[in-house]
Amino acid sequence: MTGGGFLARNIAGFTQALESVLVTENLCRISGFMQSLDPRVKAVTLLIFIIFVGLAQDFPVLIAIFILALVLVLLSKIPVAFFLKRLFIFIPVFTAVIAIPAIFITPGTPLVIIAGQAVITAQGARTAGLLIMRVVDSLSLGLLLIFTTPWTKFLVALRWLRLPSLIVDVLGMTYRYIFLLLHTTNSMFLARQSRTIGGFSGAENRRWLGRALATTMVKSQYLSEEVYLAMLSRGYQGEIRTLNELSLRSRDFIWMAFTLVAVSLMFWSIYR
Amino acid sequence: MDSTFIYIAKNLNYDYPGGISALRQICFKIGAGELVALVGANGSGKSTLLKLLDGLLFPTAGELQAFGMKLSESVLETGNRAAEFRRRVGFVFQDPDVQLFSPTVWDEVTFGPLQLGISKDEVISRANEALALLNIGSLRERPPYLLSGGEKKKVSLACVLSLRPQVLLLDEPTTGLDPWSQGNLIDFLLQWADKDKVLVFSTQDLDVVEEIATRVIVMGAGHDIVADGKPEEFLSDSDFLLRNNLVHEHSHRHKELVHRHPHLHEHRHEH
Repeated sequence: MTGGGFLARNIAGFTQALESVLVTENLCRISGFMQSLDPRVKAVTLLIFIIFVGLAQDFPVLIAIFILALVLVLLSKIPVAFFLKRLFIFIPVFTAVIAIPAIFITPGTPLVIIAGQAVITAQGARTAGLLIMRVVDSLSLGLLLIFTTPWTKFLVALRWLRLPSLIVDVLGMTYRYIFLLLHTTNSMFLARQSRTIGGFSGAENRRWLGRALATTMVKSQYLSEEVYLAMLSRGYQGEIRTLNELSLRSRDFIWMAFTLVAVSLMFWSIYR
Repeated sequence: MDSTFIYIAKNLNYDYPGGISALRQICFKIGAGELVALVGANGSGKSTLLKLLDGLLFPTAGELQAFGMKLSESVLETGNRAAEFRRRVGFVFQDPDVQLFSPTVWDEVTFGPLQLGISKDEVISRANEALALLNIGSLRERPPYLLSGGEKKKVSLACVLSLRPQVLLLDEPTTGLDPWSQGNLIDFLLQWADKDKVLVFSTQDLDVVEEIATRVIVMGAGHDIVADGKPEEFLSDSDFLLRNNLVHEHSHRHKELVHRHPHLHEHRHEH
């Protein structure tokens, strides 16, 4: 591995991560349907759908939920291609790890026999299909929540859902400082690139990476001590108090009613 | 306890863990209405002294009094006394990334007053006032990490101003600001100051000292105070400034003549 390639790849990776955060932040600010909903309502209703997806055994129902997610993507003005790209990044990994073995290990009527040994059963294919559809649906709903809810509002929703405030605060600050440390690390790589002519061996790169990681850790520890002092300076006494400025509007009630009716209908169609 | 002064430092010493000395035999009294500049070379102890004045660090020897009470860890552990002290003293850190830890600018500006138990309506009113004072209302919903350096500095100041402090401690407030933002900040601080308030700020910029300060405390390389007085007593003394690393000396060639002089803001040559 040459120094140039190693540095360029890492810098590109950091930049991509930063850009991805910025894109998500921008999507949250578009005036679309899901963006206009109260974050608590959004979190709870999408969670209801995700739980229902986990229980559903029917392809038509799972496909209907996926179509509903796509409609919500359109109503929220999220580029469909961007959404699908993010969605299907995870699917091949999941398919390889969980769904493919299910095709072979689920007992049932043989559908295809490979090399006279491995048997794909009809029940196995159906189970794998259901697993993949459930993952597609759950991820779609999760991404919909992430792409349409600013992180800050999402934390408010978590606090409202009675997640311990310590966890919510740590989550909030982690997100904030991961971003900052990503910038710091990116700067370190850029600084090295600016002083690099030619290439380095893999061993040299690994040594440098180790040192860079140690430096970042020391910096992050210093940062955490200073942040704690900054919090103390402004009156922090062990628990963060926040303003709760959220309020429900008519569209939130309409969406909640729609969710309840849709989930009830799907339940009825499965268990009638 | 003497309550005539806001701060009284008596033979203050501070050593970092490991015995590294940061402050030596610091003595001063600061009264209401004073605008104090802390100047000194890098590493002379200015930031450490500001942290002591904000009750974030405590002296390893000597005594520091604020508002007539001794500042110690045990005093600031008591809920009411700590809240009262934090309500009266605001500290803006040198690095805004340290200070801006909340998800949005609005959360940042409301953080201080909320922790001090101020009512919700009052918090909202103070936060809006602080944003308006610094003309940054448009940044309200922005996450701090997406702001420019100058914007971060303004937000850092706003989140302290929302406490409506009597004492403002600023660690290198103009560092990293463009000239326009620097000018704005100086105007703001002069407007903010009055006979009941105290401003203590550290800086390397002697122009800022000249524009704002009514008093200068000069920290020396030995982590002690080498001078304390009115700005005009020191700022025109080029030998003093040179000796304390507040200006540097450089060479000039004027035709055949080469000479050295301290780098002050203006100088004349006669040939």
